[in-house]
Amino acid sequence: MEITVRGLWTMIHGMGFGALYLMACSGALVEFYRRHRSPLGPEIKEEDERFLRIYLTAMAALAWLTVLSGTYIIYPWYRAVPPPGTASLAAFPQRLLMSSPSTAAWHSIGMEWKEHVAWLVPISITMAAVVFSQYRRSLRIHPELRAAVLSFVWASLLAAGIAGFFGAMLNKNAPVTGGATIPLVEGEQK
Amino acid sequence: MSNQSTSPAPHAKLNPNGAGAAAVLAAGIGSFLVAVFAILADKAASIKSLMNFYKPTGPLSGVTTCAIVVWLAVWALLHRRWSWRNVEVGRVTAAAFILLFLSLLLTFPPIADLF
Repeated sequence: MEITVRGLWTMIHGMGFGALYLMACSGALVEFYRRHRSPLGPEIKEEDERFLRIYLTAMAALAWLTVLSGTYIIYPWYRAVPPPGTASLAAFPQRLLMSSPSTAAWHSIGMEWKEHVAWLVPISITMAAVVFSQYRRSLRIHPELRAAVLSFVWASLLAAGIAGFFGAMLNKNAPVTGGATIPLVEGEQK
Repeated sequence: MSNQSTSPAPHAKLNPNGAGAAAVLAAGIGSFLVAVFAILADKAASIKSLMNFYKPTGPLSGVTTCAIVVWLAVWALLHRRWSWRNVEVGRVTAAAFILLFLSLLLTFPPIADLF
């Protein structure tokens, strides 16, 4: 069992940062609803406040790591141009997808949407983390602001979901592979 | 966008909504700019070449860098103007939602290709 360096980075980007962000997003939404479901609810403790502040900051860091690793590490491998006369397009995912009408839309719609919509995620969650850190418990007395933050977190979930879905489908149809091989487990030959 | 002061409630005087409204509106503008710069880079060859900040990534590097830089600049500017006052946050967030919704639509290639 082995993995290539490019495959490993793609896994870190998608399953490490991206999928973790998606899971964290549902947790943040639940916590927002729980603590603000009633304006007359119990007083929020300082340690709960600090926890959510750290949680949202970690989500923002994850979102930035996801888009930066995607844009500057994975994407150059994805869009690499094969030298003339290349027989196999396996190491050139974009060209491989575009070489067949049955897969071309994964690039022209999937990747084209993913590469831009994903950037709405760090913008939205950074804003949410900063506003929450600034207002903390007093968000209770700013219902419109609270609703705005919540809506942007929802939007970040939607955008991350779109990017994640297309990322998974793109990697299924034309995986980003290549580079040095890292052996993981030595298997027994039968 | 209106930034007129409303008559604040006593609690709002202590913790005005301006800083939060600035962050929300800036996020809407930043999101919208990602879509606008992407369309511009796709439609105009000169802009596409200008946006090519990092060759292996291509114009996407410039599109996103420009959007992020302008987003942060707009945020800083709005924060400076609004952070110590109460603004009509309903109108501000409505504008931010419209921009956010448009950015989701305009990044979708079949819609972006209409321009």
